[in-house]
Amino acid sequence: KVVNINYIPWCAATVSPVLGTVAARLKHSLPDLTYDYGALEPHINAEIMQLHHSKHHATYVNNLNVTEEKYQEALAKGDVTAQVSLQPALRFNGGGHINHTIFWTNLSQNGGGEPQGELAAAIKRDFGSFQTLKDKMSAVTVAVQGSGWGWLGFDKESGKLRITACHNQDPLQGTTGLVPLLGIDVWEHAYYLQYKNVRPDYVKAIWNVINWENVSERLQAAKK
Amino acid sequence: MSNLVRISSSPACAMMASTASISRFSVSKVTSKVIEPHIDARTMEIHHSKHHNAYTTNLNAAIAGTDLEGKTIENILINLDKTNAAVRNNGGGFYNHNLFWTVMSANGGGLPTGELLAAIESSFGTFEEFKAKFAKAGATQFGSGWAWLCVQKGGKLDVCGTPNQDNPLMPEVGCGGTPILGMDVWEHAYYLHYQNRRPDYIEAFFNVINWTEVSRRFALEK
Repeated sequence: KVVNINYIPWCAATVSPVLGTVAARLKHSLPDLTYDYGALEPHINAEIMQLHHSKHHATYVNNLNVTEEKYQEALAKGDVTAQVSLQPALRFNGGGHINHTIFWTNLSQNGGGEPQGELAAAIKRDFGSFQTLKDKMSAVTVAVQGSGWGWLGFDKESGKLRITACHNQDPLQGTTGLVPLLGIDVWEHAYYLQYKNVRPDYVKAIWNVINWENVSERLQAAKK
Repeated sequence: MSNLVRISSSPACAMMASTASISRFSVSKVTSKVIEPHIDARTMEIHHSKHHNAYTTNLNAAIAGTDLEGKTIENILINLDKTNAAVRNNGGGFYNHNLFWTVMSANGGGLPTGELLAAIESSFGTFEEFKAKFAKAGATQFGSGWAWLCVQKGGKLDVCGTPNQDNPLMPEVGCGGTPILGMDVWEHAYYLHYQNRRPDYIEAFFNVINWTEVSRRFALEK
């Protein structure tokens, strides 16, 4: 199941013009997980999942809302300097919200195993084998310096799957154009309580909980 | 297994660590008193024996057989080719953590005195203003990185943040000058005890700053 980001749609502004433009701005909220915090044990423990979702992701959502509000004000005033100075915060917090929303759907207690159907075929075509994909994506993800994400993405131009990494919370599509299919968070908060400095062990373990149905759905959506 | 982790407050250790043997850097000894509850022993142990150790090992591997072998770490960083990721990340990590252990102490905290305090007041107004600026640099460093207090030639002090394992010795990084105080804000520096609460860690850090060592570095580098 794909988790929905809850938006107050723009159309609400027309329904209630009294609210004014500020109240009608998009307001992001923390999506619920479709599983319990302990569902991914022993691969990712409950304590990590709880902190990661209810603290880290929640903070990105809150800070995104605050930043967007300031951005709306800057737009309204025509203050381009302020708009530019808010860009990093939009990137951090917007990217953080996007990335984690995808991530929760990429994981499942029924995950693991191998992808099927069109996704499996695409993986074979673009990487040679599923094992090669795993090896390459693991290597790229482990090698991220500092904080960041490893990504499996879809290149609309070539129609091919690509592996890459992004720094900090840079969102894949917003910065590279690739459509995100599967992300692996390697900020230390994603694994430290359980794996400490041994990032490779975490990356190895996470393959056990990858929700290949979700990754397949994302590929289908990306191809449209 | 003892849960006491010892941190070196000996400047000799820091100096030795940076010049060490001709071709190999080695992790500075970490000796003295435990700094709980501000920074927990388990974090210190993993931070030193795993993270710092890995930077040291990887740095040695990166410079083996190159003309960087035999140079001091300061020399390597000041003349860094920033496109050399292995030396940048691991050389930075090696230096930064060497400095970090020396600027913390169980007898730390409180206020600086003498010339250093005068310089802080001259550069920032009051100690509180410096503290706020330094804390902000750490809190707003997005992702992994460090907050620094640096001295320029002539004695002026600056505060800046840098990403990942960069530091102001590197060309065109941060505020330049020479770091005399650093605070690690990579999540591994605080996560076991503080989780996502980086600001709480930053506040606690001020209880362990070894101002004697920071003053020594200030006098040496100004």
